[in-house]
Amino acid sequence: MSALTIRNLTKTYANGVYALKGIDLQVEKGDFFALLGPNGAGKSTTIGVISSLVNKTAGEVSIFGHSLDTQRALAKMKIGVVPQEFNFNQFEKVFDIVVTQAGFYGIPVPLARERAEKYLRQLGLWEKRDKQSRTLSGGMKRRLMIARALVHEPELLILDEPTAGVDIELRRSMWDFLTRINGEGKTIILTTHYLEEAESLCRHIAIIDHGIIVENTDMKSLLEKLQVETFILDLARPVTEVPVLEGFEVWLKDSRTLEVAVPKSQSLNTLFVALAEQHFEVMSMRNKANRLEELFVRLVEQNLPGEQAS
Amino acid sequence: MSAREQWVAFLTIVTKEIRRFTRIWPQTLLPPAITMTLYFVIFGNLIGSRIGEMGGFNYMQYIVPGLIMMSVIQNSYGNVVSSFFSTKFQHSIEEMLVSPMPAHVILNGFIVGGMVRGMLVGLIVSLLSLFFTQLSMQHLLITITVVILTAALFALGGFINAIFANKFDDISIVPTFILTPLTYLGGVFYSIDLLPEFWRMVSLANPIVYMVNAFRYGVLGVSDVNVYASLGAILAFVVAFYLLALWLLQRGTGIRH
Repeated sequence: MSALTIRNLTKTYANGVYALKGIDLQVEKGDFFALLGPNGAGKSTTIGVISSLVNKTAGEVSIFGHSLDTQRALAKMKIGVVPQEFNFNQFEKVFDIVVTQAGFYGIPVPLARERAEKYLRQLGLWEKRDKQSRTLSGGMKRRLMIARALVHEPELLILDEPTAGVDIELRRSMWDFLTRINGEGKTIILTTHYLEEAESLCRHIAIIDHGIIVENTDMKSLLEKLQVETFILDLARPVTEVPVLEGFEVWLKDSRTLEVAVPKSQSLNTLFVALAEQHFEVMSMRNKANRLEELFVRLVEQNLPGEQAS
Repeated sequence: MSAREQWVAFLTIVTKEIRRFTRIWPQTLLPPAITMTLYFVIFGNLIGSRIGEMGGFNYMQYIVPGLIMMSVIQNSYGNVVSSFFSTKFQHSIEEMLVSPMPAHVILNGFIVGGMVRGMLVGLIVSLLSLFFTQLSMQHLLITITVVILTAALFALGGFINAIFANKFDDISIVPTFILTPLTYLGGVFYSIDLLPEFWRMVSLANPIVYMVNAFRYGVLGVSDVNVYASLGAILAFVVAFYLLALWLLQRGTGIRH
């Protein structure tokens, strides 16, 4: 069964902006799915419709087979949403926020308190349970929103840029947490601007731009579409001229750094042989950008410009 | 959601609302107590002693029911308008909108929360008034019915105001320019029978006249208007406001794109 099915979803805002122009999307149960796109592409609108915060103009959305039009309550029971912006009462205590959210799903207080403790502990917030939420750091607030979204134990967790503004260590620990709960069977849909994050975590990916899905496939197939990969090479000795390497595009970034575009048809061995023949000694090498990022930029650049939505 | 789950959700909102206004009691419970005590001292004791009797009672006794109703009206309204608007403003309304709670559960939760504050302040003011005068209770059932209906009506009014409000200024316009004048001109401090006929007829168009008088009838046994007609009118307004608020909430007016 699909965790999420979207058919011909359109959204036109009152100001006339076409945010979604008939998108189709399917996310399978247990998947870790990335929804990517530049700012204003329609990601948040899509999530807004799925989570009932935005009224759709047309189309169908169903969650685990329950239509949002005809079985809204059943559908909502299955979803947990972690929004992009902090949206809890800043003056309420951490524990109360999570317990109250459970109450909105009809979970009795004793069970709600038990669940709140479980998820606050898992997310490292138990020690802060009696603090007002406004006193938490940005990373803690993000984790609080995850605990709140999980308290009714949804089967589908939707996270809208969950690691925005979070430091590297905390981001890694959030990745570990999300990977673990995905391994336990929870379906996860993630939007992010950190493409390294999507590449590390997600098995399937959709790219949305100007309100249309421009790519929807599994991560491996998508990365295979990358025709050219760009590398940065650090040289042992300074050079003054750009080396001519047949089959490769080369730029001299500074006297000790080369940037080389390697087509998919060429191997790295060929590149190194050519460099060695011209007496270039390479000390280290790295990708110029994350592979997914490179592909993402190309796909988005290919897409025609249009009106944008938030 | 099953009926039991809806009941839990409803209690969650009511508890949240009560926790909110009791947490900030210096802003919610203390000011009306101080204001009403000043009314009792200045209007009731100092000026009232020179006014003499009104409606067969001394002036302090006459104004106490009106002042209690004024507290109920202002606090029921104020609680819901500020709480629901803050929920919108901080986007924490999204916590409720993503949940499976039906709109009527959300509405009932906020309304009952506002009613509890209105009636709690009414009780505090009633207890304070006992330091200044003696209150009898002529018709207990009518008194309770009027308080509950009035609290519900103004809580609903606050909710509708909050739905349409886009900024904090918008939640003070109705209380300042509509509610306060209507309350002061609603027979709290005087019997409308004292007015010239024209202004007496104008006063009859003020809904607060009926609430104040129905409550005064419950406490003192005197009223300028027909009490049962008043109760019927208040009930009709409660039903109309409830249906309007529910429709707006279901449509997502002011809260959903």
